Amino acid sequence: MADVISYREAVAEGIAREMRRDPSVVCLGEDIGAAGGVFKTTVGLFKEFGPERVWDTPISEQAIVGAAMGAAMTGMRPVAEIMFSDFLACCWDYLANEIPKVRYMTGGQVTVPLVVRTANGGGLGFGAQHSQATENWALTVPGLKIAAPATPADVIGMMAAAIRSDDPVVFFEHKALLAAKGAPAPPDHVVELGRAAVVREGADVTLVALASMVPLALKAADLLSGEGIEAEVIDLRCLVPLDMSTVLASLGRTSRLVTVEENPYQGGWGATVVSVVADEGFGLLDAPVRRVAGECVPLPFADALEERVIPTVDKVVTAVRTLTAY
Amino acid sequence: MEPAELLAAYERMTVIRRTEKAAHDLFLQGLVKGTTHLAAGHEAIAVGASAALRPDDYVFATYRGHHHALARGATPEECLAELMSRATGLCGAKGGSMHLTKASTGMLGSYAIVGSHLPMAAGAAWSARLRGTDQIAVAFFGDGATNIGAFHEALNLAAVWKLPVLFVCENNLYMEYTPIADVTAVPRPAADRAPAYGIPGEVVDGNDVLAVEEAVARFAARARAGDGPALLEALTYRHFGHSRSDPATYRPAEEVERWLKHDPLDLARGRLVEMGVSEAVIGEADDRATSLVQKAVEAAKAAPAPDPDEALTGVWTDGGAAWRT
Ligand SMILES: Cc1ncc(C[n+]2csc(CCOP(=O)(O)OP(=O)(O)O)c2C)c(N)n1
Repeated sequence: MADVISYREAVAEGIAREMRRDPSVVCLGEDIGAAGGVFKTTVGLFKEFGPERVWDTPISEQAIVGAAMGAAMTGMRPVAEIMFSDFLACCWDYLANEIPKVRYMTGGQVTVPLVVRTANGGGLGFGAQHSQATENWALTVPGLKIAAPATPADVIGMMAAAIRSDDPVVFFEHKALLAAKGAPAPPDHVVELGRAAVVREGADVTLVALASMVPLALKAADLLSGEGIEAEVIDLRCLVPLDMSTVLASLGRTSRLVTVEENPYQGGWGATVVSVVADEGFGLLDAPVRRVAGECVPLPFADALEERVIPTVDKVVTAVRTLTAY
Repeated sequence: MEPAELLAAYERMTVIRRTEKAAHDLFLQGLVKGTTHLAAGHEAIAVGASAALRPDDYVFATYRGHHHALARGATPEECLAELMSRATGLCGAKGGSMHLTKASTGMLGSYAIVGSHLPMAAGAAWSARLRGTDQIAVAFFGDGATNIGAFHEALNLAAVWKLPVLFVCENNLYMEYTPIADVTAVPRPAADRAPAYGIPGEVVDGNDVLAVEEAVARFAARARAGDGPALLEALTYRHFGHSRSDPATYRPAEEVERWLKHDPLDLARGRLVEMGVSEAVIGEADDRATSLVQKAVEAAKAAPAPDPDEALTGVWTDGGAAWRT
């Protein structure tokens, strides 16, 4: 086993492991076959599994996700790729109205075990229509599970859990993390959905982050450590199920909370985390909560503009300082 | 069809017609909430197609789907109980009129977002092929759905992947209240589009159960043989308005009269008589249908309401609805 693996290789590896294990797992999406995906996240799958398991599609987001749904209802475990998460809007009917509701509204007759994978988030200067962090779109829909791993090993472990899940999972792969490297995943690595990870321990403040905000929060924590402030960093890993137990337990130790989210403040997942804390954990707090989040503007193109809009290490550090001084 | 098969088809169509009438009456009595989209007039499409399909084939329908559920083996009692919000309803009263589903008989759902289920049917056909069965999938939809993006995406995908799926348009000349001809660039909203996807397209008299059965059987055989999808446009007419609140006054009286004279039940009856089936035998089928539906109405009325706590079950496959730990 190589001693490091990239996040992008981990995506293909995670899918391949499940395809080897379970013949009902099939992939479909634009350019995912011989081309290996526009983000090279499906490299090797076509070669290993062939065109009967890895299907190139037309540019038809509704057909991709709709067909995945029909296949999932009838005995397959499809893994559908939507190239950029922004394009989820093109098949939003399936994510918002069809996939998550059919089990409920048929009184449990039909289940939809599928994964919709998609490249999420900014930081690469792709402009307003290819850079959004859209996981909070899915968060508004009852019936979808939402995974957003931050490390290569988690990509593999959570991919296993997502593909094995009998419920539908939207799997957000962060574009800014694709080149990141990390420890490889041991054989049979499965990371249960809905289990957050405490990725750094600290007694002074809890930083709750997701996907590319996790390494950012860790960097902020390192800087703060130099000032004598020890931050505990939680990688949520999933938005549904949402591991509030881990967040509340951490607050029991730190009594201060900052959420670090890339999506716009308005309607972002941090608001849900914070509202549960206000509802159930108010007594744990010694200071107000702070949300570091994206601004409510379309993502601009230039680096300097994009940085102004999405969270940065500096913004997190500043937020923590104001809280610890409270 | 042999006379016995046609008689069975006639009886099934009659059950559907009586069930739709019952749904209408129950609505007027305040016993059916929400809305209904009755399919009275469309019976021959559901029953003709079902006669040509195998029990393990898949069917996807729209919010106007009572007839497909009933043709595919749902009982009038299950359907009416669902409409009447009873615990014994087909979907435990979580679906309602627009979502009648009976997965155990391959009736994989009724979808209320116009056109959304066409890609799903393609997916079910894809799955059949991946699993190496020779099942096919059928999507029934209205003429209005032919102007939705998902229609075009599904047709193209099904054609390039050569999927065993049949797209059956129930062209009743109207979308909601607007004639389809006023908003569509070609005269035959479905069949005229087929050549654009390189698949066969055909128009059939959707009120003639034999014609529908014949066309569906032919296209189904073709799909099972691996020759890919087809598009069938079945011409028909709805006897009621679009939904429960629509008196359908926008339809010219002469048009309504012409179509009511071309009733699928009368047509089938005429064929039976031509085949030598006696009026007495046909009358017995009518009576069986009437009594089945009457009993269904009584049973549904007597059934209990769902336990309110059921509202919080069944989002996830573990039976629950929890979104957090
Ligand atoms: C995407 C979408 N747009 C609009 C509607 C509202 N709507 C419900 S039924 C209908 C008319 C559909 O007509 P058609 O497809 O011909 O089917 P029919 O009702 O005649 O069976 C409309 C516009 C909807 N349900 N879904």
